[in-house]
Amino acid sequence: MLNKRSKAEWFGDSINVMILGFLSLIMLYPMLYELFMSFSVASQVAKHRGVLLWPLGFTLTPYRLVFAEKTIISGYRNTFFVLSIGLVFNITFTSLGAYFLSRKNVMLFKPVMIMILITMYFSGGLVPTWLNVNNLGLYNTLWALIIPGAINTFNLILLRSYFLSIPDSLLESVFIDGGGHFTALFKVVIPVSLPAMMVMILYYGVGHWNSWFDALIYLRTRDLWPLQMVLRDILIQGTDLDIRGEELINYEQLQETTKAAIVIITTVPILMIYPFLQKYFIAGLMVGSLKG
Amino acid sequence: MAQHLSTGYLTRQGKLQRFKSRLVTDMKHNYTLYLLVLPVIAYYIVFRYFPIGGIQIAFKDYKPALGIFGSPWTIHYGFGHFIDFVTNPYFERLLRNTVLISFYSLLFGFPAPIVLAIMLSELRGRKYKKVVQTLTYFPHFISTVVVCGIITQFALSDGLFNQIGQLFGAQPVSFLQKPEYFRTIYVGSGIWQGVGWSSIIYLAAIASVNSEVYEAAALDGAGRMRRIIHVTLPHIEPTIVLMLIMSVGNIMNVGSEKVLLLYNPSIYETADVISTYVYRRGLLEFNFSFSTAVNLMNSVINFLMVLGANAISRKVSETSLF
Repeated sequence: MLNKRSKAEWFGDSINVMILGFLSLIMLYPMLYELFMSFSVASQVAKHRGVLLWPLGFTLTPYRLVFAEKTIISGYRNTFFVLSIGLVFNITFTSLGAYFLSRKNVMLFKPVMIMILITMYFSGGLVPTWLNVNNLGLYNTLWALIIPGAINTFNLILLRSYFLSIPDSLLESVFIDGGGHFTALFKVVIPVSLPAMMVMILYYGVGHWNSWFDALIYLRTRDLWPLQMVLRDILIQGTDLDIRGEELINYEQLQETTKAAIVIITTVPILMIYPFLQKYFIAGLMVGSLKG
Repeated sequence: MAQHLSTGYLTRQGKLQRFKSRLVTDMKHNYTLYLLVLPVIAYYIVFRYFPIGGIQIAFKDYKPALGIFGSPWTIHYGFGHFIDFVTNPYFERLLRNTVLISFYSLLFGFPAPIVLAIMLSELRGRKYKKVVQTLTYFPHFISTVVVCGIITQFALSDGLFNQIGQLFGAQPVSFLQKPEYFRTIYVGSGIWQGVGWSSIIYLAAIASVNSEVYEAAALDGAGRMRRIIHVTLPHIEPTIVLMLIMSVGNIMNVGSEKVLLLYNPSIYETADVISTYVYRRGLLEFNFSFSTAVNLMNSVINFLMVLGANAISRKVSETSLF
């Protein structure tokens, strides 16, 4: 390394540090704004002009209102149902497919592989897919958010490439002991692929957590809506929250602070755990890019 | 001659026979393996290939009561819906909006993570670099619905954007009600969401540059800019080209989700794209066949663009997808 920095180098470094600092602020500020807003007192919000740098007063009323909101509660319940049952389907189906595709010496390997790869480039598109799901009787059930998306072909290929890297000798020991493919998959392959399984759980999990469009097209009943669909209704469609019995002078501002509290409650848990999961996400990204 | 033919025929027959017996042996030997993959194959047939078969309604006048196969073919030898779409008054607008949104996303969104990665790699403080990196990943973990919810809130005439604008003396504008702002909002928020996350792949490529090369360049008196242009950029070029092919191939493919969340009839002029039109005509107005035809046409063009981008890049550089 060079010990001395020239003046030009030093100047360039400082500019770089400042620009990146400003950028970080832009990345963070929208969430900070929501955080400040969620603790603010409605009457003060009404008077305030300009950028928020701290909460205006302090109140927990918005949070109390959020927890009284029935659709948020049922949204969380439905999302957890889809997330947990969905992940069981995702992991099982993806592992089965990836295991088969990682076996050499099977005659029908190629046709199955081609059949699966084709779907990465061709799909039925919106209407035929929707008609198919309806014809199968899944319309207006939570299964419509679980079964049609059981396998993501990209994830399948990703997991397969991980399975391929497992040494054959490990599997042979199972077969010598008289075990079959089921034993090999569940007793050896999956346990030694825990990092890859973690990546799968994260990828599918984030997918379920963020998904709302399937709910929009398949679910007629509000009680079945997952969290993101409820959020769309409140934050974007502008459906007013039920805040009767509160101080109605600052009704609009209270709506606003309560919406901010909703953003915080549904986003902060994810942002808190993600630094711990970051390495798995990046690991998956890297494997994916090598294959791509 | 005759003998030749007959032996050839026999060998072919024999080959088929041998293939069959090999397959039977294989099936017997690996039957648990086939049993294991059966649910996966069933899944692909039912949930992927049934809808692909359903595409035929693009050439028919689909009536739910008659079913996909029973519905009659439509006029113009089955191409009636395609002709309807191309002669549709909205055709030009949809095409323009789709291509322009993609084009601007590519123009501003593609270089952004590369610039960020280079800036990050030039940072000396390790802790500071880590903090900046983590903060730039932040928006990637916020769901699309919440991001669009925040945008909707900020874009109101008394929202944050206008509060800031007023500090500089600007008149309040309801940004999501004015067609001229939609593309800026769409592209800008897209960069905000994705720039940090997309920079990871370039950072990894930069990290693999041998530090001796940098030191040699510095000894030769190369300044920062020359180091970046002559060492860093050539080194990450294959990654850049690969990412570019994938993006160019997708230029006709503007996803419907974010547009559906942000648009409204007053800004259809700039915001309505093919995928949102497919959704409205298909699932809100129940023009199943027409919507499928529009979607199919879009997919075919998109696929040709992927092939084209790939072919060009194979000619120009050595990198290609397939």
